[in-house]
Amino acid sequence: MPRYAALIYGAEETDANTSPEVWAQIMDEYNDFGARAGAAGVLGGGEALQETTTATTVHVTGGAKGGEVVTTDGPFAETKEVLGGFYLLDCANLDEALNWAAQIPGAWHGRVEVRPVIDFSQEQ
Amino acid sequence: MIRHEGGRVLATLVRLTGNITLAEDAVQDAVLDALRRWPIDGVPDKPAAWLTTAARHRALDVLRREAKRTAKETDSRLLDEVTSAVQEETSDSMVRDDVLRLLFTCCHPALSFEAQTALALRTLCGMSTAEIAAVFLVPESTMGQRISRAKKKISSAHIPYRIPADHELPDRLRSVTAVIHAVVTAGHHASDGSLDARPDLADEGVRLARMLHELMPDESECTGLLALSLAVDARRSARLNAAGELILMADQDRSRWRHEEIAEAVAMLDHAVHLRRPGPYQVQAAIACLHGLASTFADTDWPQIAILYATLERFTPTPVVRVNRSVAVAEAHGATAGLALLDELDVATVDRWHLYWSTRGELLVRVGRRDDAVVAFNRAIECSPNDSDRRFLVGRRDELTSECGKPA
Repeated sequence: MPRYAALIYGAEETDANTSPEVWAQIMDEYNDFGARAGAAGVLGGGEALQETTTATTVHVTGGAKGGEVVTTDGPFAETKEVLGGFYLLDCANLDEALNWAAQIPGAWHGRVEVRPVIDFSQEQ
Repeated sequence: MIRHEGGRVLATLVRLTGNITLAEDAVQDAVLDALRRWPIDGVPDKPAAWLTTAARHRALDVLRREAKRTAKETDSRLLDEVTSAVQEETSDSMVRDDVLRLLFTCCHPALSFEAQTALALRTLCGMSTAEIAAVFLVPESTMGQRISRAKKKISSAHIPYRIPADHELPDRLRSVTAVIHAVVTAGHHASDGSLDARPDLADEGVRLARMLHELMPDESECTGLLALSLAVDARRSARLNAAGELILMADQDRSRWRHEEIAEAVAMLDHAVHLRRPGPYQVQAAIACLHGLASTFADTDWPQIAILYATLERFTPTPVVRVNRSVAVAEAHGATAGLALLDELDVATVDRWHLYWSTRGELLVRVGRRDDAVVAFNRAIECSPNDSDRRFLVGRRDELTSECGKPA
């Protein structure tokens, strides 16, 4: 059966100003979707990402494997390149994650943005 | 004393709690406690150990309260760890590693350069947000946001609190030395207003460079950076006249240079060179030391400095290095040779840079192209970033135009 990635976009500025009540409603909506899609057996997985201020972008220079690894603070911002895929990396810390990210071919063919996943068990 | 001990105490607390904000609050409380009690009880034998113990207890209180409030598994696990560590004897080598961890965390490449610098000044130099904001000419609220965003990224993205492995060290040290070099440079060149507006920052830069050298004595570039910082700092008090205007090195009163600081720079450079791993900071330190050792401007070893700039340009091929090299080459081999080096530059890369135009102007004067020189000085004045430089350049241009018998 074909598989699909559903990529969720939203304006971040409005997130910060969203009231707890509205947030709770949004979470209910997501929980509802998760329950229904899960029951239907179509859900292969999914995560919520932390805000873009926690993002780090990795690029390997020279357009080929083995170039210099350049790490920058912030999300990937170019408009010419498009999202081509993703990996979920289970790592002990950001250094480990960046090290793996720099080995993804996309790091030299384009950029790889590394963003931490929200751990809801740690959220207050 | 407390301010600088504070950095070491903070480093240990960050390791114990894994949280910079909690560690900062705990150290802050311990310092307040010390300010209250030491005048009455006397300063303890080991002030840093006293502060560390007080801060640990303080952090423990906060963690206990948090664990009770949230009943989260992670909070109670952290509480257990800090409780068992609270009686730990902190040896000098442990403190050394703690400070290094904090330095590498603050200067992590996943943080912006501005954030790295601000965090280093805040955590290791004990500067307040307001002081750092004043130094970088941004509103305090902007700097506060920058620092809290960086701290949030460290915790949310799990930037580790560790000393990088040997194979990562060259890359990671580059960000640490760049931050310290920026602090030293910012201490000597205000981007606005008058020069030398931030002597405190110059002191902190030298202190950070010294700290890094003591932490990593076998890293030649760390020692080179300390030598460079000392040699540049030694000339600090001779760089401005009473009116706060820039004095060119040729015209500086060399008796006001701090010669013991120059001697220390030379000793440090000697130490670095013996490690046999050359690098751009060592080359810049060698140039600064040669200037420092010349008893008059005319005595300066320009041929050697010209060679060193050519070496530096191989490490860092930037227009800044090229312009400095052209000055040394002009002194060593004549203005025509210096101008030839400037002519090779792509003008687009230096068009907005006042020092390129003023250097070009000076060399044009020397080869007798006065009209071209006036054009170059006018461009330098347009691009000048601060009043002190602008006054100097206007004076220089007016000298030229009056010599030519033309109106300014």
